[in-house]
Amino acid sequence: MALRLPSLRRAARWVPALCITLAMLALAGCSTDGYPQTTLAPKADFAELLDQVFRRSFQLATIVFFLVEGALVWALFRFRGKPGDAEPEQNHGNTMLEVVWTAIPAVILVFIAVPTIQVIFKTAETPTDNPLVIEVTGHQWWWEFRYPEYNLVTAGDMHVPTGRTVDLRMTTGDVVHSFWTPQLAGKRDVFPGRDNRLWFKTETPGTYPGQCAEFCGTQHARMAFQVIAQDPDAFDAWRGGMAEVGAPADSGGSAPSPLVAQGQQLFATKACVGCHVVTAVGAPTMVGPNLAGIGTRSTIASGWLPNTDENLARWLKNPQEVKVGVLMPNLGLTDEEITALVAYLRSLSVVPAPGAVAMTAAGN
Amino acid sequence: MSTIAMGHAGTEAAPAEKKGLWSWITTVDHKRIGILYGVTAFIFFLLGGLEALLIRWQLGAPDKTFLSPEAYNQLFTMHGTTMIFLGVMPLSAMFFNYFIPLQIGARDVAFPRLNAYSYWVFLFGGLVLNASFLFNAAPDMGWFAYANLTSKQFSPGLNVDFWIIGLQILGIASLAAAVNFFVTILNLRAPGMKMMRMPMFVWMSLITQVLLLLAFPIITVALVLLMLDRNFGTHFFVPSGGGDPVLWQHLFWLFGHPEVYILILPAFGVVSEILPVFSRKPLFGYAAMVFSGCFIAFLGFGVWSHHMFSTGLGPMADTVFSLGTMLIAIPTGVKIFNWIGTVWGGSIQYKTPMYFALGFVAMFIIGGLSGVMHASPPADLQQTDSYFIVAHFHYVLFGGSIFALTAGAYYWFPKMTGRMLSEGLGKVHFWLMFIGFNLTFAPMHILGLNGMPRRVYTYSAGMGFEFWNAIETAGSLILGFSFLVFIVNILKSLKSGEVATADPWHGATLEWSIPSPPQEWNFAVEPTVDGRDPLWELRRANGGTLPEPARVSGKGIHLPSPSYWPIVTAFGTAMTLVGFLMHVTLWVILAGLAITMIGIFSWAFEPADH
Repeated sequence: MALRLPSLRRAARWVPALCITLAMLALAGCSTDGYPQTTLAPKADFAELLDQVFRRSFQLATIVFFLVEGALVWALFRFRGKPGDAEPEQNHGNTMLEVVWTAIPAVILVFIAVPTIQVIFKTAETPTDNPLVIEVTGHQWWWEFRYPEYNLVTAGDMHVPTGRTVDLRMTTGDVVHSFWTPQLAGKRDVFPGRDNRLWFKTETPGTYPGQCAEFCGTQHARMAFQVIAQDPDAFDAWRGGMAEVGAPADSGGSAPSPLVAQGQQLFATKACVGCHVVTAVGAPTMVGPNLAGIGTRSTIASGWLPNTDENLARWLKNPQEVKVGVLMPNLGLTDEEITALVAYLRSLSVVPAPGAVAMTAAGN
Repeated sequence: MSTIAMGHAGTEAAPAEKKGLWSWITTVDHKRIGILYGVTAFIFFLLGGLEALLIRWQLGAPDKTFLSPEAYNQLFTMHGTTMIFLGVMPLSAMFFNYFIPLQIGARDVAFPRLNAYSYWVFLFGGLVLNASFLFNAAPDMGWFAYANLTSKQFSPGLNVDFWIIGLQILGIASLAAAVNFFVTILNLRAPGMKMMRMPMFVWMSLITQVLLLLAFPIITVALVLLMLDRNFGTHFFVPSGGGDPVLWQHLFWLFGHPEVYILILPAFGVVSEILPVFSRKPLFGYAAMVFSGCFIAFLGFGVWSHHMFSTGLGPMADTVFSLGTMLIAIPTGVKIFNWIGTVWGGSIQYKTPMYFALGFVAMFIIGGLSGVMHASPPADLQQTDSYFIVAHFHYVLFGGSIFALTAGAYYWFPKMTGRMLSEGLGKVHFWLMFIGFNLTFAPMHILGLNGMPRRVYTYSAGMGFEFWNAIETAGSLILGFSFLVFIVNILKSLKSGEVATADPWHGATLEWSIPSPPQEWNFAVEPTVDGRDPLWELRRANGGTLPEPARVSGKGIHLPSPSYWPIVTAFGTAMTLVGFLMHVTLWVILAGLAITMIGIFSWAFEPADH
């Protein structure tokens, strides 16, 4: 078959247009706007350190890319064979040249290796500036956060104060996971029986999404969480509020509405308490996430569904349909029971609600 | 002065070619086994590609429910496992089989029946692995199968067991083949072909066999330990019994990193054959190419933990593995520069194999550079397990291995079939593949750096991942289509392609001195060699052209007889291992062992001619 194709020379006419298109796409690719989980806009010291090394290696790689690909492409046009060409010079190599181009990459690598080693050791240090210790535990498929300093436990939303180093002690309740909030720090895997460390300090209040980065089974994709960085006052208000959540009404809380009371009753009788606890202070680790503050948490189902009444109801109706594979079974609840339970869960709110702070600074 | 017989061993009519299914089942001819490897691997490759297209369709838009999470996890696991063990490795094995003996001037491999055995074991291994789909139990824990997700507690189904048994069977095939090619290259070279005169493809193949011989026992042991953990109550990787999931990662990557070079070194070899021929000048820096290949292979065993920077190995281990990994960039750089040096000053003949070989160089540079970036643990802590890594290794394994193997397919197709592939369709194939490949994988760099993790069956709207994922899915369709063009090209060519001469490209190596396709005995008279480019030297001495070699009768040439014992033994081997799929199925194991034993004895005492 004689399929006629544009010759190289004719194709070359499109090179400028192609270059401009590619450059525009590359520029579009460089923008981090609209990527709340980007690694390229660090908002904490740890991520900043990683970013410095990345930028150095990216710049050098870009230079090498253009030089080497440029040489290749130039050669492809320059040394294009034509019919009747004589046999080209049969050279077998050039020792001098080969030594030089062995040495040059070695030198370039030194410029990456030096900051690399500096940052490796810097990030391996244990923080000593009175850090806030948070114990992180990965579970299939949610994250648990424990604050020994305040004897608090929560899940899904990790609240941290700005201006204070957070020292994470990390492990897993089941399989290997990896804790990753790109704007704050790199990944750190969590292993059963091991205490892995990571730390960061951010000065910028905001909500920083993160998610599990090590494949951990069916719902690995839906194992997200958020780090909510608040100025110290707001953080203290949050933990104060957390201490109140779920406390029995007779210990100072206002009397619940009949619907909430019905929900509370159901919660106690419908197997919920087998896996969940609704108070944060001194609560044990259970099979399911701690629910203190669930009423004002930003998401349910591990950072996936917005925490609306409709989504909560959908979840209670049949968790397996919303998120197949989760441990929570279908409890066979009636719509009426679900309404009551939703009202009860909504009542498990932190006062003042952290949402006002949490929702503003996402992704900037 | 090289002497290569140009067909004066007799001119009687060649004996009728062996035909029919039975002749393929019993063949011990390295060329036929090579074709069997090629056809089988290509079918598996298409299957792996189909899996990839399903994955891409699911990820084309946020929150899609086209695939269930379980189905997605099975598909991405099988895509990786298939492409590595059933696609790229056996496609390389096709070229090892067909062209190592031809390039070194040998009549066959050292152990022709072992060669047949390797192929059949490979086929059965691939079938066992894929049979898991029939039981809705395809492996679903990733091709890396990290403990302790693989424990019975967290993966109670047969999914992991199918993976273990499938890989064990495939490992036997790889090891047997590696022994065979290693011995073949060391012992069966034509007179005068010193080590430093071997074609670069043979050199890279030799290094690959060494890697296989050293790396596969590690995964074999790791898989045995995993099987014992799952079915026999041990706790090598289970922390509750004192085991350590990190141990699995060390064992797996101690195999897995050399495995990467097992996938790419043959590609280096193929490209190092093609670039000189279509530049009409010798390979630049032959010795440097050999030693850089050896150096890469050697270092490849000392860098495994760069897959594990996020596990928290401590600063000293991170530093050592980081520097070791960066060192690999130096010999890799030497190779790239030498390829450019080969083209430089040449007279480039723009034929399809050259398009793909040059595409390989251009794409491999990108994969190499992104690799240097995550050799640095601080950068890697952000990049690992993100789509940036997916981009990186597809630039290396698709932009690298697949482009090179496709180049090899276009280059050697005429030799294997006696027909030319269409240049027009070939170039359409190239441009579709080149554009589709870059549309599919280049945006993954951007997505990874902007926080998209790997191995996720979906992502939420609002994370910013929508646009590039849609582009990638569109690119993957173009990429898939390019292979349809390839298939059409192959089928058309087999039916009515231009008849190939012995040496359609003005090749430099011995395979081009014999008819296309070669006769069963390859070389009627053993060639002698006294240079690196024997055919070029002969052509020059002969005034620039060579006569077309005649097909000869081959009377009096001894060839190994066909045998069905290799397939019987291979069946027994696979059956024995399948007996361990569900704990212990004693009758299957005993029957498998019996068949294997009968096979080996009959094989050993088979009369030479019958």
